[in-house]
Amino acid sequence: MINFNTVAELIELANKGNCRIHDIVLQREVELSRRSEESIREEMAHSWKVMQESIKKGLDSRDKSISGLTGGNAVKLKAFIKQGYTGESAMMGAAAAVAVSEVNASMGRVVACPTAGSCGILPAAMYVAFQKQECNDNDIVNALLTASGIGMVVEKNASIAGAYGGCQAECGTAAGMAAAALVELAGGTPEQVGNAVALAIKNLLGLACDPVAGLVEVPCVKRNGFEAVHAMLAADMTLAGVKSVIPVDEVIEAMNQIGKMMPTALKETAEGGLAVTETGLRLAKKIFS
Amino acid sequence: MRGMFDIVGPVMIGPSSSHTAGAVRLGLMAGKILGEQPVKAEIKLHGSFAQTYRGHGTDRALIAGILGFQPDDERIRNSMDIARERGMNFSFSKVEIFEAHPNTAIIELTGVSGRRTVVTGASIGGGNINILNIDGFEVNLSGQYPAMLVIHRDVPGVINKVTWALSRFEINIAFMRLSRKSRGEEALMLLETDENVPEEVVEECKQVHNVSDVFTVPSI
Repeated sequence: MINFNTVAELIELANKGNCRIHDIVLQREVELSRRSEESIREEMAHSWKVMQESIKKGLDSRDKSISGLTGGNAVKLKAFIKQGYTGESAMMGAAAAVAVSEVNASMGRVVACPTAGSCGILPAAMYVAFQKQECNDNDIVNALLTASGIGMVVEKNASIAGAYGGCQAECGTAAGMAAAALVELAGGTPEQVGNAVALAIKNLLGLACDPVAGLVEVPCVKRNGFEAVHAMLAADMTLAGVKSVIPVDEVIEAMNQIGKMMPTALKETAEGGLAVTETGLRLAKKIFS
Repeated sequence: MRGMFDIVGPVMIGPSSSHTAGAVRLGLMAGKILGEQPVKAEIKLHGSFAQTYRGHGTDRALIAGILGFQPDDERIRNSMDIARERGMNFSFSKVEIFEAHPNTAIIELTGVSGRRTVVTGASIGGGNINILNIDGFEVNLSGQYPAMLVIHRDVPGVINKVTWALSRFEINIAFMRLSRKSRGEEALMLLETDENVPEEVVEECKQVHNVSDVFTVPSI
């Protein structure tokens, strides 16, 4: 059976087979699940549809979350798309990621990728690429397959759970997956896909998971906006020829090690960081009283 | 390593895979175990569930599951109103269970025929669940496989007859677990299978000497 435990192995398999990373990931899933390529692609296409629906819903909604902590910022960002320093694509990425994350916080339908807390990053990156009209739905499905392969490796060798590795494990992994997907969409080589993952994760190492009141809202919603743009930058840097000095699998191992060293107070327990600021504590008391 | 739709997926209603999607699945399993329309749900929450259930919508998620909604159903947000419309009463309280998983719920359901069941389960992360106790019997049920539960007296020969019935219908047992209240007393045989268990098998097992009840729980 075809299998890979590291990004390096994934790259090697793609190069040996003279194919793309998504081909390897798809082949593995066929063998593992005993499903047809067609049915797997169909399910991924459905996920892409749900991603787009969540973006559209969030970009038009001023709904507040159940707690009242978040909601309505995607609309503001969308209105600002033509202005600002970062440019249209970056603003669109941030708006889309915040949109999905707001939909999640208000009990709407999302695709966890890899988690609900980081559900805006990959869809936003794909949305930006799709809006540029240089790719079709089928290309996006391929890019999502690649992203899932990267996520699998991170889960195997580090973690995708904030409770285990802090936010670097959730938003860090999501940014790595999104960067990989963008590079693949742009026609990058398997090595470049791996490089984009390294750049994206490397610059989110050590990120704490310290949400106010333990809810997936503050700082999670806005952070999804930031990390979508971060993923786009990692892809652009890679395509411009910038190489990560530390190879991708070593970056993932560093993430694993940092996760283990990180105190429990910063791993989704709401016992440290932003959660225990004066304002954070006051808000938590208000929500749960 | 898990499959790709564990990484890009699941499709779910937010905000939290453990506190929302997992809670829906706990409710779903409890509803399936009851096996009929519920009219009353008394839910006790432990640990993180008890502390944060309002903010994560864990309460709405559990009710939605009991009503039979899937974790990606957009009606979850309004499940409490829907439950009231359908004539289901429900209540939530906090409980402390010694050494339990922080996301544990005890779900007591009463059905339209008066049948009652008490299901204890935990949401163990990523939307995955573990049903730990059904009506006083210790179990270990993920909901990933169809299951058959056989309540019987703890005497020799019952397993043989039950597995014989399954084998004749080409039903493969994936996982199996036995528990008993004490020697010679009431016991529970829990079988998770790769295929759905047909009604004929259930009826045949019900006829086995020393078996008092048999029911199936579909995968969710």
